[in-house]
Amino acid sequence: MKRNDYDVIIVGGGITGAGTARDCAMRGLKVLLVERHDIATGATGRNHGLLHSGARYAVTDQESANECIRENMILRRIASHCVDETDGLFITLPEDDLNYQAKFVESCLAAGISAEILDPKEALRMEPSVNPDLIGAVKVPDGSVDPFRLCAANMLDAKLHGAQVLLYTEVTEFIKEGDMVKGIRTFNHQTHQSAEYYAAITVNAAGIWGHHVAEMAGVPIGMYPAKGALLIFAHRVNDVVINRCRKPANADILVPGDTVCVIGTTSTKIPFEECDNVRVTPDEVNLLIEEGAKLAPALASTRILRAYAGVRPLVSADNDPTGRNISRGIVCLDHETRDGVKGFISITGGKLMTYRLMAEMATDLVCRKLHVDKACETATLPLPGSERKSFKEVAEQIWENPTTAQKATAGRLGTGAARIKDTSPLGQSLICECEEVSVGEIDAAIQRLDVSNLVDLRRRTRVGMGTCQGELCGCRAAGLLARAHGCTERARADLKDFMTERWKGMYPIGWGDALREAEYTQWVYKHVLGV
Amino acid sequence: MTLQEYTASAHNFEECMKCTICTAYCPVVPVNPRYPGPKQAGPDGERLRLKDPYFFNKALKYCLNCKRCEVVCPSGVKVADIIQAARIKYDRSKPKIRDRMLAGTDFMGTLARPFAPIVNGMTGLGATKAVLDATLAIDRHRTFPKYSAHGFEGWLKRHAREQAKFERQVAYFHGCYVNYNFPQLGKDLVKVLNALGVGVQLLEGEKCCGVAMISNGMTREATRHAQHNVSVLQKAVDKGLTVVTTSSTCTFTIRDEYPELLKVDNAGVRDALVLATRYIYQALESGAATLRFREDYHARIAYHTPCHLEKLGWGLFSQELLKMIPGVEFILLDSNCCGIAGTYGFKKENYEASQAIGKPLFDQVEAVNPDFIACDCETCKWQLEMSTGYTVKHPISILAEALA
Repeated sequence: MKRNDYDVIIVGGGITGAGTARDCAMRGLKVLLVERHDIATGATGRNHGLLHSGARYAVTDQESANECIRENMILRRIASHCVDETDGLFITLPEDDLNYQAKFVESCLAAGISAEILDPKEALRMEPSVNPDLIGAVKVPDGSVDPFRLCAANMLDAKLHGAQVLLYTEVTEFIKEGDMVKGIRTFNHQTHQSAEYYAAITVNAAGIWGHHVAEMAGVPIGMYPAKGALLIFAHRVNDVVINRCRKPANADILVPGDTVCVIGTTSTKIPFEECDNVRVTPDEVNLLIEEGAKLAPALASTRILRAYAGVRPLVSADNDPTGRNISRGIVCLDHETRDGVKGFISITGGKLMTYRLMAEMATDLVCRKLHVDKACETATLPLPGSERKSFKEVAEQIWENPTTAQKATAGRLGTGAARIKDTSPLGQSLICECEEVSVGEIDAAIQRLDVSNLVDLRRRTRVGMGTCQGELCGCRAAGLLARAHGCTERARADLKDFMTERWKGMYPIGWGDALREAEYTQWVYKHVLGV
Repeated sequence: MTLQEYTASAHNFEECMKCTICTAYCPVVPVNPRYPGPKQAGPDGERLRLKDPYFFNKALKYCLNCKRCEVVCPSGVKVADIIQAARIKYDRSKPKIRDRMLAGTDFMGTLARPFAPIVNGMTGLGATKAVLDATLAIDRHRTFPKYSAHGFEGWLKRHAREQAKFERQVAYFHGCYVNYNFPQLGKDLVKVLNALGVGVQLLEGEKCCGVAMISNGMTREATRHAQHNVSVLQKAVDKGLTVVTTSSTCTFTIRDEYPELLKVDNAGVRDALVLATRYIYQALESGAATLRFREDYHARIAYHTPCHLEKLGWGLFSQELLKMIPGVEFILLDSNCCGIAGTYGFKKENYEASQAIGKPLFDQVEAVNPDFIACDCETCKWQLEMSTGYTVKHPISILAEALA
């Protein structure tokens, strides 16, 4: 094999691509993953971070519901450091039909999801922030999952199994020989260099952008971009996921994730041109607050950190050219049998929850084509960091009397926290004060997790994700990056991009404390730091 | 309520803008690297604790609860309250015997007073100090305040009839220190108020305000005291009485810590409780009364504002009263915590930090070289007397000795 020859090329560095790269690499394939931006920049990093129990789909889609609960239980085992086992409530409010509850519970049980009807008072005790007017509640095994961490851990494990990962590398063209995809031509946005890579199979795992990737390969996939907007609140209002027990609708899920909670989502069809720059509108913000406050009234008076939106990669069923019959299920397309294009498959649709199953399906197909006979092990082998169940155990094992920052590090990295050896006062000093991220943790991320700029760093460490939204940590982290890359100018430009990206999310919710903080931050950056 | 109507969050800790001025002003941060500072310990830590109580950091015990962070916060964040509330909510460690002893000012006072000469002799001995240091970790440099053989309550009861003759009346929350250790301050207050034409009466059975219990993790006991005191104060308020005090910390605790930390509703009595210097200043300022001072009184006085008095914003009243006395050369010392913070400085593990915090203040006192120091707080008094060698007098006592 030549240097640029691989068994399989995976296009897309979201959770599906990362999971597929891990699975392929674990089955002994030589893997290349290319991503035109950073990991988790699309829908992977722009959702609730909900570890679905599947209950939400139980009434309408038993198959998805069953996939969810199985993957839910698997992720608790293999990705414990990314998962928060919070449980979830499906509440019925006075305006909802309580009769739906019986059907809901029945459907959950049929799909294999435990669903326990609670007395409203008991639900209030379990989750004090829930709307006290509730007339019914069902407890299900929902949870929350950190999609950035999950994606980074999959990517890391793929690399530990020999995969090569090229970020900021965009596919510009497919190299084809007749009806056979032989490889890709790429352009690297950082080095501005083009290259060619060859593989027996290329996997399109590019989410909504997979529509264009497939087009480039000469096959049509009817995808429908559906924007979903969400709001992040500045602290955890709830410790239990709160859903509405009714037919799925807008803004009816409130998920506690790490130090914040997230309300969402909306669903609006948008043109493909907008996928690269989705914005949250004032109407969406209003709807999210209004509906969110019905789940947990405290949201009406809780500080909002930012708004964001992602684009779901919905796929219309093949037999329905009108696109009306849209499935949210997993779509794994063998373009050889479907379109007569060999060496090319697409894995799309699905959800964050079912990424592992999607990866398994895609990898199974790749292996069949390559005549590789090795079973999938991703459901049993833990991701790096998740070798131990409890982050508290991890923290107590590494450090005697761990500090708050060390506890937070163990929470983020799981067993990977043991790699942060810098115990000097400098290494322990904080870069991000809101989320308690130390210099040592940042340095470790820069060395190990393919960080080329501050936004990348944020996705891997939570730097800038706290209340101050980069006010204190941005410039400090830029300093560390400048040291690592040996270039101050680059770090300066990078800092500007980072803050602009932070402000983008604050703009739609620019009032009250968030506005005060943004003004203060602007003052710090413009007048104190002279940026 | 309209959605997001109040643009400021209903959750006080979310109003923190991370300006970090609280940490810059915290007296503990420069002297104790183990303390994460008020911003980290307060609003920042709160988000993590809400995620999981596991994130509670025991180092929060290093907070003096001096409230300087709250005085400087431009966003009105109750930083120290957040820290103390977190200690109450999450700290599962039980108070040590030493902490119970230090916090139980009422109990210890009742126990020790009948044997005052013996107890005072004992606690002053080097050998006793060494034993306390070794067994209970009460620092050997500290001297316990002396107990008075005769309590203030008894004294005032004996003078109740003559006090009742005054047309205008106030009730007096004297606190443990005046009752058990230093009745003279109470007597001085009676003298000054009588000179204003005001009679003084006791409350119907006050208890220790509980500040030391709060800071030593004895929340349940403190809450019981708070409920008792509020009901006793309410009786005085119902009679139309203003309740005056001489201890700035007792005053602050009853007014602000009861509702904020102990969740004891004091709305009915809060405004009726005032520091005596404020009461007197306002009486003089309004022209309702006058005081005549000795003509031969001369003193160079350096005034130290206790932290809790700064939080109340009432230091000005004590200062202005002292300035009214002819023959007083008044020097206002720089705003600086003395470092004792009630029982904090008595603990062996805090001794060095305590002295380091107060050092700039001690140095300034020496540079100023006053005849004596004036201060409204009894624990500041112990600290300043021990650390500078200068006598510390309460402004009320100074007024009393300057009266004609």
